[in-house]
Amino acid sequence: MEVDREDGRSQNQLRPLACSRNILHRAHGSASWSQGDTKVLAAVYGPKAGTKKNENPEKACIEVIWKPKTGQIGKLEKEYEMILKRTLQSICILTVNPNTTTSVMIQVVNDDGALLPSAINAACMALVDAGIPMRHLAVSISCCVARSGVSGLVILDPTKLEEQKMKAFAYLVFPNSVHSVLPEGSPSVQGEPIENGIITSVTHGTMSVDDYFYCLERGRAASTKLSDFLRRNLQQQPTNSSKAG
Amino acid sequence: MGLPNASGDLSTEVEVDAFRRLFPLRFFEKHLLESIRPDARPLGRARDTTIALGAVASANGSALAKIGSTTMLAAIKMEVMAPSMETPDEGCIAIDFHMPPICSPIVRPGRPAEAAPVVAKQLSDTILSSGMINLKELSLVSGKAAWMAYLDIYCLDADGALFDAALLAAVAAFSHLEIPVVSLNDDGKIVLSEEQGLSEREPVNKEKRKVNLGSIPFSLTCILHKNYILTDPTAEEESIMETSVTVVLDSSSQLVSLYKPGGAVLAYTSAIQDCIALTRQRVKELQKILEEAISGMEVD
Repeated sequence: MEVDREDGRSQNQLRPLACSRNILHRAHGSASWSQGDTKVLAAVYGPKAGTKKNENPEKACIEVIWKPKTGQIGKLEKEYEMILKRTLQSICILTVNPNTTTSVMIQVVNDDGALLPSAINAACMALVDAGIPMRHLAVSISCCVARSGVSGLVILDPTKLEEQKMKAFAYLVFPNSVHSVLPEGSPSVQGEPIENGIITSVTHGTMSVDDYFYCLERGRAASTKLSDFLRRNLQQQPTNSSKAG
Repeated sequence: MGLPNASGDLSTEVEVDAFRRLFPLRFFEKHLLESIRPDARPLGRARDTTIALGAVASANGSALAKIGSTTMLAAIKMEVMAPSMETPDEGCIAIDFHMPPICSPIVRPGRPAEAAPVVAKQLSDTILSSGMINLKELSLVSGKAAWMAYLDIYCLDADGALFDAALLAAVAAFSHLEIPVVSLNDDGKIVLSEEQGLSEREPVNKEKRKVNLGSIPFSLTCILHKNYILTDPTAEEESIMETSVTVVLDSSSQLVSLYKPGGAVLAYTSAIQDCIALTRQRVKELQKILEEAISGMEVD
């Protein structure tokens, strides 16, 4: 069940990942994330005092601004802002700094498929760089269901061309894998480890229910690899002392 | 009223309405322990759903859909336009979703709702990727003229599950849609034919026809809270328990969309399977309601 991909990758192979932190000096935290040709820059400012009018002042608030590479801000950007905001709200510990706003700016440098997953990964790294307290990281992956009629054919990390040609694709976000010091291992819920839970899922195109569950399996396996990459990256570069305030 | 202790002590002293406003999460959890919700619905039941076709007389197709109190008005207007170069024998659909201030106290003229562009984009993606409408059916003269369908959905009352109601209204409006009769006039332009039938112009399409709908998508929004799954939330439930999952299935049980935008509760495989099973049931209910509405119109 092999499928030929234009860049010669195998079904489960991700594009080369590159991540660097602390690239913008005036921002409190910044990161750039690239997967192959897709590159996204994220900057974090905060926490700043005060929340917006409709937000709950007993919790910290996260504001996301998404800037596309070209063109005006439209519905797509607003949707991505909302998805990113809700994903980041679920991983940050909002009760630590109540009545504050943390702004996350996303700038798309190049879009070659898997844009939302790259932005989520970049935003997480920028939040770590800024020292915002979080429960765990969010690791995001994109899976594509091939049109070839063989069900269960899922390829990981599609390029833009593959996304447009294929039947359907899904962007999945998982919590990062846990290395526990406890003898009984990491906590599990209902018999499944924490890293199997989905934080966010956005699908596009029609696929069968079994294809979706197959995407979830592949996504989980890939998120373990991504978690290891993040862990190594974060351990190498020590975070600078806080620039906030 | 004694304040320092947890709300548990107050629950016997405070009025129900005050308790509901002061401690909303505890209020709901007390109900969830009995597997029921404050409006006496069991956890897996959606609110009463009605569809009325033909609500807007001047539009080519329209529908009013109500799920509980959430009310959506959808209307389709058709216009002839030149098709694009890449797809000369396909028409086009433009979908827009509006939340006017009438729908909710948090929406004001200077403060547009945050949810509006997001729901509009979701609707657009769902309808176009589900294959309900074959764009080639909207073509008139290949390369020269094709139909552009403007679908506008207005939220008249926002009480939770906005996407579900909007999708239902859109689908109902498409099932009510009748493509008007047009003919070529002397300048080579397409114009609407008069009702009286001016016979010197040959109509391009003979009679008003309905659009053939492929597999129709139906959706269900569920809220995840600890181990509970609540279907079809009201606005109050959505604001308290923020993790929602929207599953869209079409009539052939294919998954059109599974949308979970963040949220504190992680969704494990079992929860997703339960949501999909609940959606399957809901699809059958909605199909029946839609068929009844359509056959009700035809009798007239």
